[in-house]
This record gives sequence, structure tokens and C-alpha cells, in this order.
Amino acid sequence: MTKIDTSSPENVLPTPSHTVGPFYGHALPFKGGEDVAPLGHPETVTVHGYVYDGEGRPLPDALLEVWGPDPDGNLPAVDGSMRRDPASGGYLGRNGVEFTGFGRIQTDADGHWYVRTLRPGARGRNAPYLSVCVFARGLLVHLFTRIYLPGDAALADDPLLAQLDEERRGTLIAVREDSGAYRFDIRLQGEGETVFLEFQ
Amino acid sequence: MTLTQHDIDQEIAAEHAAYEKRVADGAPVEHHPRRDYAPYRSSVLRHPRQPLVAIDVSKDPELVELSSPAFGERDITEIDNDLTRQHSGVPVGERITVSGRLLDRDGRPVRGQLVEIWQANSAGRYAHQREQHDAPLDRNFTGVGRTLTDDRGFYHFTTIQPGPYPWRNHLNAWRPAHIHFSVFGSAFTQRLVTQMYFPNDPLFAHDPILQSVTDDAARQRLVATYDHSLSVPEFSLGYHWDIVLDGPHATWIEEGR
Ligand SMILES: [Fe+3]
Repeated sequence: MTKIDTSSPENVLPTPSHTVGPFYGHALPFKGGEDVAPLGHPETVTVHGYVYDGEGRPLPDALLEVWGPDPDGNLPAVDGSMRRDPASGGYLGRNGVEFTGFGRIQTDADGHWYVRTLRPGARGRNAPYLSVCVFARGLLVHLFTRIYLPGDAALADDPLLAQLDEERRGTLIAVREDSGAYRFDIRLQGEGETVFLEFQ
Repeated sequence: MTLTQHDIDQEIAAEHAAYEKRVADGAPVEHHPRRDYAPYRSSVLRHPRQPLVAIDVSKDPELVELSSPAFGERDITEIDNDLTRQHSGVPVGERITVSGRLLDRDGRPVRGQLVEIWQANSAGRYAHQREQHDAPLDRNFTGVGRTLTDDRGFYHFTTIQPGPYPWRNHLNAWRPAHIHFSVFGSAFTQRLVTQMYFPNDPLFAHDPILQSVTDDAARQRLVATYDHSLSVPEFSLGYHWDIVLDGPHATWIEEGR
């Protein structure tokens, strides 16, 4: 039955997940999805990388969602990530000054992606991080991971990083490049497999 | 050697039997597919082999994942939930109305959140360039919609009954007709992407994507119910499909609201 009887909790069972498939291209990506930072904001960071499968081949059809706080550690509550143009029905893009914290990025034909967002601030006992949700054809249930930025003293005390061995911990910490951008690759399987998370 | 439907049917049966045995031996019911489900060939190289690292959300209200991106009236236009009105002409096919509620695990409505859908046209063809299926495109149908849930958690779409379509998992592989759904909850942990099916489709048993949900009752929850009260006179047939989000959320924030 797909009309849920909410009067008895045992009937309220989760709707199963399915793969995003290959044909979400007209539906999910939106203009400016990767440009989350307000234009010219001094705390802007660029994070980029590739998504790889178990044979080291980049995925041309992965979709990433990035969600993170502002530099003070506050989580945005404003909408407007995917503003629509009422005239054309098309995408208007972000308004250029508000920070919504939400980005959505499709990998390109090379399996490459980037996001330009604000440097996340710390919350509670956690080192600053960006939350990432990975979707792809072939992936039956999305995967959560996190991007931590290197060089922050708080990394040493982060509750998640503290429980990982050094090699696995390294998969969650981006690498700073000479350009100032951060490199963060996602390996779905095999050697150097990214740490993925399960929330309970 | 060409992989046949018979081969896949046997693999599906073996996975199903293995699941039934696990449950009979005391393992918990699995509401979601396993990411490693070989009958769906694309999953083979795209699932992690390491166990996921568990995070107990009750220990830390500051987790970024316990909040959700916000969406609002700026993010949708009025006709975004009517896929039959997005072009100058009328799309071909049987008009349908699809509606239901977005709920959390406690049965409470998720209000004001974004629901996005995409689907093939009535001939079983996506308006996507990489789509190889030799069925007609419909210039009056893109097959994409979005809406916000209302105060009772309801969403509502008007669209066209999608057709089944072939894919290349194995020889003579066909997807049962379905609509893809993407939904957000009050926490990022509740994020869900899934597919809604139509009652009594003869392709159900042969589809490794649907059958990746090995629990019989869970699989049934992906099938909409025909609902005559949602059918619009002289216009459309109605289907009801409620969505229940899994994943923990921030109950301490909700208290006192
Ligand atoms: Fe599909």
C-alpha cells in the first residue's frame, strides 16, 4: 500500500532508495549549481576533483550535492539556490549576494567537478567541513561523505577523523594546490576508497 | 556470451532467496537496496567495499547533516508541477495526476520542502541526448517537474503516463514505467532519490533495479495506488503515492514547535 496510515507507527516504513539513473540531466542540475559563494566574497574557496569507479575510471554521470555552513559556522536557512525565471520558466541563477549553502554539480565528460563556496566555519566539537551527497547511475543508494580542508588545528580533535586510521582519514581531507584551490577526489571503490558515512 | 533475461531472473531469484534466509536467521528487514547488487550490472564497480562509518546523530546536535538546504517560492514557478503545460503544444499520451504526502519516520508531514521529478515521455523516451532508444521524442514534453510540499506535506503533479523503455543491462532488458523522484527532508540525512511505479506492471519481476529492493513489502511501497478521487473528470487518471523519509533528524530542534 502506498497510502501510509500514520495512526500506527508500524505502518510508517521508509520508501526505498533507487539509483538516480543516467537521465536526470534536464531535472536536477541547475545554472550556477557549483557557484555557491556570493560573487567576490573574500572567504571563497574552490574545491574540485574527480569521481572514480572501482577500476579507476572517472564517472561522467555522477551528481554531487554539497551542503555547508558559512564562515561563522552558521547554517543558512534561505532559499534561492535554484531561482526560477517566471517569464521563461528557465533558471535565473542565484541572486549574487545571498549564501544558501547548497550546491549541486554534475561531473563533466572527464568525470571532473568543482564547487566554489564559502570556507565553512566550525560547529561544536567538529572541525569545519562540507557535507557531500553522491549520486550516480549504478549507485542504488546515495553516499554521504565530508570534505575537510587541510591546515586547520581542529582536524586533530574532530570526532569522526579521530576514529579513522591515517590512510582512511586522508580520503576526507582535501589537498591544497599551488593555485590555492583544493583537490578532493571521490573513489567509490577499491584502493584509496573514500570514507562514506552512515547516520544513525 | 550474451546475458539473457533468464540469466538475470535467476540472479534476482538467488539474491531474493539469500535475503529471505538472512531474515529467517534473524537479520533485520532491509528497507533499502544493497549497493552491491550484481543483477544491476552498473552497481558492480560503483559501490564501496569498506563498511560505512557510523555517526550517532544523537550525540551531536551541531552536525551539518542535521539541517537541510531550504527551498522556497523563488525556486519554483507556478506551472513547474504541471508537465503538460510547459510547451506551446499539448504532449501526447494519457494525462495523469500524481499526488501524495511527504512524511518522516514518525509519520509527521515534511512541509515546504522540494520535490523534483523526471520521466520518459509516453513512448518511453527521455528528452536526454545520451538516450539511445529509438522511440519518438515529443517536442511538447520535457518530462521534468518540481514543487514544494504544502502545510500538510502534500505534493501534486500533473503529467503524462510514462512508457516503459529498453536499456542495456542485458539482452531484452526493459524498465517498467516509472517516475523518478528527488526529495529533501528537514535534515540532509533524510535525502532521498527514488522511483515511483504503476500498479500491476508485468515488467516488475524482470527489472533488476526494482528487484534490488529484496524485501517484498518494501518493494510494494514503490508502487503507487490508483485513486479514483484524484482522477480529474474529462482530464486525467489519479495515482496516490506517499513517501516516507528514512534517516535520523534533529528531534531536539523540533520540540516545542
Ligand atoms: Fe528512468
